[in-house]
Amino acid sequence: MSARAPLPRWVDIALLPVLNVVLAFLIGGLIVLAVGQNPLQAVGVMVYGAFGYGTGVGYTLYYTTDFIFAGLAVSLAYHAGMFNIGGEGQAYLGGLGVILIALALNGLHWTVMFPLMIVFGALFGAFWAFIPGYLQAKRGSHIVITTILFNFIATSVMSYIITRILKPEGVNSDESAPIEAISRIPRLGEFFSFFGRSPANLSILVAIVALVFCYWLIWHSKFGYAMRALGHNPVAARYAGISGTRMIIITMAICGALAGMVAVNNVGGVQGRLILNFVNGAGFVGIAVAFMGRGHPIGVALSALLFGALYQGGQELAFSMPGITKEMIVTIQAMVILFTGAMGDMLRIPLMRLFDRRATAGTP
Amino acid sequence: MQYYTDLILILDSTVRLAVPLLLACLAGLYSERAGIVDIGLEGKLLGSAFGAATVAAVTGSAWLGLLAGIGVALCFSAVHGLASINLKGNQTISGVALNFLAAGLTTFLGQAWFQRGGMTPQLGNDQRFTPITLPFANELADVPIIGGLYSELISGHNILTYFAFIAVPLTAFVLFSTRFGLRLRAVGENPKALDTAGMSVTRLRYQALIITAILVGIGGTYLSVAQSSGFNNNMSAGRGYIALAALIFAKWRPWPALLVCLLFGFLDALQFRLQGIDFPVIGQVPVQAIQVLPYLLTIILLAGFIGRAVAPKAAGIPYTKER
Repeated sequence: MSARAPLPRWVDIALLPVLNVVLAFLIGGLIVLAVGQNPLQAVGVMVYGAFGYGTGVGYTLYYTTDFIFAGLAVSLAYHAGMFNIGGEGQAYLGGLGVILIALALNGLHWTVMFPLMIVFGALFGAFWAFIPGYLQAKRGSHIVITTILFNFIATSVMSYIITRILKPEGVNSDESAPIEAISRIPRLGEFFSFFGRSPANLSILVAIVALVFCYWLIWHSKFGYAMRALGHNPVAARYAGISGTRMIIITMAICGALAGMVAVNNVGGVQGRLILNFVNGAGFVGIAVAFMGRGHPIGVALSALLFGALYQGGQELAFSMPGITKEMIVTIQAMVILFTGAMGDMLRIPLMRLFDRRATAGTP
Repeated sequence: MQYYTDLILILDSTVRLAVPLLLACLAGLYSERAGIVDIGLEGKLLGSAFGAATVAAVTGSAWLGLLAGIGVALCFSAVHGLASINLKGNQTISGVALNFLAAGLTTFLGQAWFQRGGMTPQLGNDQRFTPITLPFANELADVPIIGGLYSELISGHNILTYFAFIAVPLTAFVLFSTRFGLRLRAVGENPKALDTAGMSVTRLRYQALIITAILVGIGGTYLSVAQSSGFNNNMSAGRGYIALAALIFAKWRPWPALLVCLLFGFLDALQFRLQGIDFPVIGQVPVQAIQVLPYLLTIILLAGFIGRAVAPKAAGIPYTKER
């Protein structure tokens, strides 16, 4: 077969990912249908739950905030040719940084505390990503395996720290002492009553800044250029004088810092304390978000919003349609990773054929 | 004598805890030796545990459950093969997707079918793989030393356990003494050489994935139909990942895989035994410190501080035939 013309840009950037996501949802719908439930009704419930009323919107935005950070933590590494599965653990460790500074200076006004929590969440998250980065760069240990292992190590280390060290006397549940109300990141509901008592808080502004920062970093900075060069062709990057070692370590640290922001949203904002397993899978959702958004901040923002809506809508499902559990969302998440990540090219060949034919028909 | 009995008991639970690791580890060995990275072991383990428990509960037969467990693992392998062999996609991403698929689908279907919060119905003893008493085990039970060793440690496991231990020499034989094994190793190191010799890389890799599915399917069945009596949410609990770590630790070789899985199983057993026991000087050993050991050891190994773990050369790289 002769080489085909590449797909038009809009097909590659927009149509292909959308088709893959639609495919994921179609299969999800079929599974719902297979257990005798109505998928359209489920979609209706979820859309209402996610966007139908103020508190629902607030919850959606809260999840979206988490997923933007987690998605960026995977995307950035992917541009440098690495697969960071460790967002979950990096976010968990970020929680330690946030709670340590918050408890040390408990009672400080939030305007001062907020930036401090960002810095410490970022530092601790970055540290947890720096080690796998260092091991990959200097000792050649595969980043996929080490980040998976670091998730498990984070679980054990943090459960020890929370239950044995941070847990105050006389408290039954496994959690740290609370951060005082004045030091916590304010909820959006305090400024706009529309959001009600939903957990969405000012961390969402940090997420927006992070999106812009990553856009600039990837496409408009020297560092981003080096990063992408490394991702496309490590050998060529080396000949161009780019230090792979340095790039891998710094990129991973930035990814960890981004993942650590999940902790700012949860520990500093929503829960106001460090609780066991507060990340609750957000780090893993980041993988689906990154692939669906094709590593582009705009794509990441849109797919984080979609997953935010899915997670909030999924909670709503549990009330209205007991036949469908929220784990259906995890299934859809899996399908999205499969179709946009691993089988991303499945539809490419038929599409190429289609556009080839149109092109030849147009120019006889 | 008390210490001896304690030791036998710990070793006995070591064996029980090592079996699913061993089966998953050997499963991963076939696929990675053939050049297919399988992060999806965890999902296959979970999915087949669910399939096995479901079918065993509905039909009342543990053996049909086993078939179903293997069947589920085969379906997962088929998707993994389609993505990583035919479509030349990223094998790691495909594996990660399969893990989420198993986590989501088992809970979702479990709730939809049985309405028990994702659990499958409790299995009776006739629907499970129950312990087998080896010949003379009861007679020898009271003989000192040998009695404990034979009757407690060697006898009294279920058939899947014995299979797991037989699978080790079997794998060693297949891998290093048969033509198929030679080709399997070759396809993981240098697929082009095989292709030039007129063999199908695709076919060999699918064959490896089928063996992987059978082994990990048995492992999943062990979890839900032999070790426990029914499926629980997320009952694989990261064992697929530990198996992967064990595989690296064993440097992709069957006998070391056995040793490493037994070591990790021993650590697991120790963690239960040591709970709440005070030691002189150090006091109580936190459970987390022991939980973390397998991961920590693997990372130290991966970092090249104790030997070097070199993966099959073509692992993770889709094979593209020259056009």
